Amino acid sequence: MASLRQPTIRLLASSTIRRASPTVINSTRCLATLAEGEIKKKEPLIKKFSIYRWSPDEPTKKPQMQEYTLDLNETGPMVLDALIKIKNEMDPTLTFRRSCREGICGSCAMNIEGTNTLACLSRINRDASSTTRIYPLPHMYVVKDLVPDLTNFYKQYKSIKPYLQSKEPAPNGKEFLQSKEDRKKLDGLYECILCACCSTSCPSYWWNQEEYLGPAVLMQAYRWLADSRDQMSGQRRDMLDNSMSLYRCHTIMNCARTCPKGLNPGLAIAKIKMLMVKGA
Amino acid sequence: MLSTRVFSRGLLRSARPRSTAFFTPRRMITTESIPASSADSILAAQRLIRPVSPHLTIYQPQLTWYLSMTTRITGVALSGTFYLYAIGYVLVSPFGVDMSVANVSKKWGELNGAVKAAVKVPLGACFSFHFWNGVRHLVWDTGRELTVRGVYRTGYGVLGLTALSTLGLLVI
Repeated sequence: MASLRQPTIRLLASSTIRRASPTVINSTRCLATLAEGEIKKKEPLIKKFSIYRWSPDEPTKKPQMQEYTLDLNETGPMVLDALIKIKNEMDPTLTFRRSCREGICGSCAMNIEGTNTLACLSRINRDASSTTRIYPLPHMYVVKDLVPDLTNFYKQYKSIKPYLQSKEPAPNGKEFLQSKEDRKKLDGLYECILCACCSTSCPSYWWNQEEYLGPAVLMQAYRWLADSRDQMSGQRRDMLDNSMSLYRCHTIMNCARTCPKGLNPGLAIAKIKMLMVKGA
Repeated sequence: MLSTRVFSRGLLRSARPRSTAFFTPRRMITTESIPASSADSILAAQRLIRPVSPHLTIYQPQLTWYLSMTTRITGVALSGTFYLYAIGYVLVSPFGVDMSVANVSKKWGELNGAVKAAVKVPLGACFSFHFWNGVRHLVWDTGRELTVRGVYRTGYGVLGLTALSTLGLLVI
């Protein structure tokens, strides 16, 4: 140690003290790790990603799949990590929506390996022999690459008036109270983040999205029908009472199967149908 | 250190041009000003060229939508057969061809077993599947079995019952 320290002290005494000292520390650290044994380096795990590309700047060029290869040992565990790595290091033109990276904003909804899910909640399949295929949400107009146009989806959501409607002011003059049992009826409904995974997995919505509201919006319609504080359930039911808005649901149940939040829009729609029959 | 800092600052100052007019930096890219009012027309023009993202061909085959699709197809096949027979009856009868049930079943009885089976298996399978999945839909309409697990349980149930009742219909 004395022999090691000697040059350090000498360096400390010199005028270039600030630049030299970290170098000394680093070299001693390297010596220590080397003495412990060889540094383990993982074998690269090369995985192919095939991603849907289309750009409005070249509208005549047909949409196509572009392949990217990543070393999974250098990438985070989720598909979103891979997409961000591709965008940062390989191809800045790759376009997708993302925000919270923890499954609460619903921005990164896309079709990964055939099912609609959130890229941030979907683990990369570590089987390097298979290619992970990533498409935008199915049967939607593509703005660019993995970004679908959700304008119609949001308009439909707006059309069901997703807010508390009351005819009279609150009985206590302050707020509408609710029993614990009534509050429980909203569980499994209010957690929806409107990522549109379910609606765009629904073949009925694929063929009739201009008129059929789709599972996500219908589940929210039920969320307000089921709310004990809402006083407009009559109007809400009347709005759905036609052949298209609600009854294009043929209980295919792709919605519940694909929901990244584990919710069940299909069941909510069935409950609306029962409400429509009972009338109450 | 202090001295170098002062020196470099002095350098910078001397490098900066006194008269800004002469050295006004110019951007090498040109921009176009677009009024906010044209936003809608630009969007409309872009919407016209947007492709529809792939759907049927890329979505993972799952029991959910495959069974739904099969129900639709078997329904079309069954009603199609019915319509074909009914329309055939109307069109052919005036030319002296006897399409009455008694005659058709007599002719059917004269066919050999292999031909009979080749007609009966697909027809029986279509009917069985459509029937059992219809029952499944009636169960769903009461709000039961509408979970992912329920959907799969009843789905495999329908497939099993279809196989059994197709065999049953074949024996008849």
